Amino acid sequence: MQDFGAAFGQAFALIAGFDPALMEIISLSMRVTFSAVLIACLIGLPLGAVLAVGRFPGRGALVVLVSALMGLPPVVVGLAVYLMLSAAGPLGVLQLLYTPTAMIIAQAILVTPIIASLTRQVVEDMHGEYDELLRSMGTSRVSTVATLLWDARYSLLTAALAGLGRALAEVGAVMIVGGNINHVTRVMTTAIALETSKGALALALGLGIILVGLSILVNAGLMGLRKSAERLAYA
Amino acid sequence: MKNRSLSLLLATALAGGLSIGTVKAEDRFIIVQSTTSTQNSGLYDALLPEFTAKSGIEVRVVAVGTGQAIKNAQNCDGDVLLVHAKASEEKFVAAGHGVSRADVMYNDFVIVGPASDPAGISGSNNVATALAAIEKAGAAFASRGDDSGTHKKELALWNAAGIDPSGDSGGWYRETGSGMGATLNVAVGMGAYVMTDRATWIAFGNKGDYGIVVEGDDAMFNQYGIIQVSPKACPKVKADMGQTFIDWVLSKEGQAAIADYKRDGQQLFFPNADKQPSS
Repeated sequence: MQDFGAAFGQAFALIAGFDPALMEIISLSMRVTFSAVLIACLIGLPLGAVLAVGRFPGRGALVVLVSALMGLPPVVVGLAVYLMLSAAGPLGVLQLLYTPTAMIIAQAILVTPIIASLTRQVVEDMHGEYDELLRSMGTSRVSTVATLLWDARYSLLTAALAGLGRALAEVGAVMIVGGNINHVTRVMTTAIALETSKGALALALGLGIILVGLSILVNAGLMGLRKSAERLAYA
Repeated sequence: MKNRSLSLLLATALAGGLSIGTVKAEDRFIIVQSTTSTQNSGLYDALLPEFTAKSGIEVRVVAVGTGQAIKNAQNCDGDVLLVHAKASEEKFVAAGHGVSRADVMYNDFVIVGPASDPAGISGSNNVATALAAIEKAGAAFASRGDDSGTHKKELALWNAAGIDPSGDSGGWYRETGSGMGATLNVAVGMGAYVMTDRATWIAFGNKGDYGIVVEGDDAMFNQYGIIQVSPKACPKVKADMGQTFIDWVLSKEGQAAIADYKRDGQQLFFPNADKQPSS
């Protein structure tokens, strides 16, 4: 169990030394994760709200489908995106394979169903409460969706954080479509996988500790933001 | 439907990527499809900066098993292939996917095992006898099981020893389906013998009480080859820059850089380019 002590030592030394390689990897991890979650929100929030409010044939099946896709195996998504972006694939001309953009695409696909599903639940509950009021005001479907999303914004932050957690922790998809190329597509999770395969277990665990720390910081930051926004809103 | 949402994603991702910025040095890079053994040994970290400083060409290494590397190169997702499975490499060139193949360097495979040495093979230099002893003792043996160059070599050695371990898969013969380092971790964890290239073993950081038990058999020679992906098969391939890289690796300078790479005072790879691309 000496590895745990060594891991904390390694983690501390890396952070205290502002290790430039580590900073590069962290900033790419953040860039990929936040871009993916942003895209997933742009698609998932309206999609979830429409599923909650809309009444159209096939809605039930779609709700089940989106919910099931929350469990998409990252390695399968990685493989599918690889096949699409490969030079031999239909989108090969874009030359996106082994770039951060490819990683963003893969993670956005993974995160969108999570955000859409959680949004649907939140908005559906809220819709139950607001339905009569909105109806009496003769609100259109589009503005109903917009109103509900806006009023649910604090609860929806949790949906975004769930997506963020998935993206930040994910390794299978970004490994395949990014290629774990040093200085280009190496992120925290793929670096951890690489160090583990080198048998540098203490360093790998140290990186893992840093990743968990980052996740705590991001969550604390966003929740703090929500607290102060709520205070402002109700002040 | 799927296509449309995908292209939507794509467009948004592009916009997002652009706004967040940091566009890297445009097209002055090549992608080398290579193996986990060369990356895990740290060779590229020593070799590539030297080439990049000289040529201005950045080399992006995708390290996967030899089988996957060849498959990726067939899909035109790389400019140069640097792997170690000669028969598959020659097939790759013969099928028109590669321009030509050249020897780059070699090292050798070794079998490592726990200090307890349950099959009693420590100190052996005859791999066929050693493998037979492992089978007879039913001692745990971890195989890559991933169609990599190392895996193919291991299967060839079993075959030469007249043993088919596949029937015992899941018993004493355990296929991890992972890279070299991951397989070493698994083997050390369960006290299994495992065959590895010497470079990865020397550089490996989680040896436990493991040591080399079989080495020095000519059958365990491990040759690495380099191949330019064919611009005929893949029009987008960066053939000029790829060739510049290959020429440098095979040059006196590149070969010296390979020989100079040491871990714990031990040379990991032995350059043996003959300058004459075979086949």
